[in-house]
Amino acid sequence: METEFTPFLSLAGGILIGLAATLLMAFHGRIAGMTGILAGIIPPLSADWGWRLAFLAGSVLAPLIFTASGGHIAFSVPISATALVAGGLIVGIGVTLGSGCTSGHGVCGMARLSPRSIVATLVFMASTAATVFIVRHILGGI
Amino acid sequence: MRIAIALLIGMIFGLGIAISGMANPAKVLNFFDFAGSWDLSLIFVMGGALVTTAIGYRLVFGARAEPVLEAAYYLPANRMIDQRLITGSAIFGIGWGISGFCPGGAIPALGLGYGSTVLFVGAMVAGIALTRFALNALSPPARA
Repeated sequence: METEFTPFLSLAGGILIGLAATLLMAFHGRIAGMTGILAGIIPPLSADWGWRLAFLAGSVLAPLIFTASGGHIAFSVPISATALVAGGLIVGIGVTLGSGCTSGHGVCGMARLSPRSIVATLVFMASTAATVFIVRHILGGI
Repeated sequence: MRIAIALLIGMIFGLGIAISGMANPAKVLNFFDFAGSWDLSLIFVMGGALVTTAIGYRLVFGARAEPVLEAAYYLPANRMIDQRLITGSAIFGIGWGISGFCPGGAIPALGLGYGSTVLFVGAMVAGIALTRFALNALSPPARA
């Protein structure tokens, strides 16, 4: 399935993500990594779960308000529910072992030129591309 | 104060994710599908986020010795590139390549109100909890 090429909207979104990462460091002194922030509100809770829950709530609330006030966000899931659940479990295992995901390693860690994050990002980008190739062009979809 | 500002910063993050296309699995999967329906958009998300954060961090660390609301910056101290980092990242890529959702894309996508996102996030949270439990059982818990 084709999706629309959206360079300007995607760039604007990326800049907002970077702005949020900068502000979270400036105010809370924290890396804006979704894996780390989310892990702190999954039991056993971390002691500072308050700001984490607030950040997560804000990140859900903004798209909700945006679409409720008439904005359109394209969304479609081109895979089966079973594959979605399997993907979710695998992502949860991977980001916990690898201590981070696209936001933590790919944006914040890379911005700090952390060697760990640069390696992690190269590995997961390559692994994702290989998986998409296998799923779509060898297995013919899942 | 800490909570209110975190909520606002979370809103900026979530809006950025949503308009960028990172919360749309079809678009994310197409970014990685060079051999098929390729959509290059996400390079603009990654590029925009990375450059903004790199400049932003430089300004923040240059301007203040400590964050506004805390006594010190919490920066990851672990510098080791070990097997666990590589294996975990490779596993994450398999899940991302199957689903088109990464954690930072999926949480804001909850706000778009689709059941499929809830299904994915539920499974992901279970994956995080199970892995943490297994790691703690294998070695003494480390403070995150």
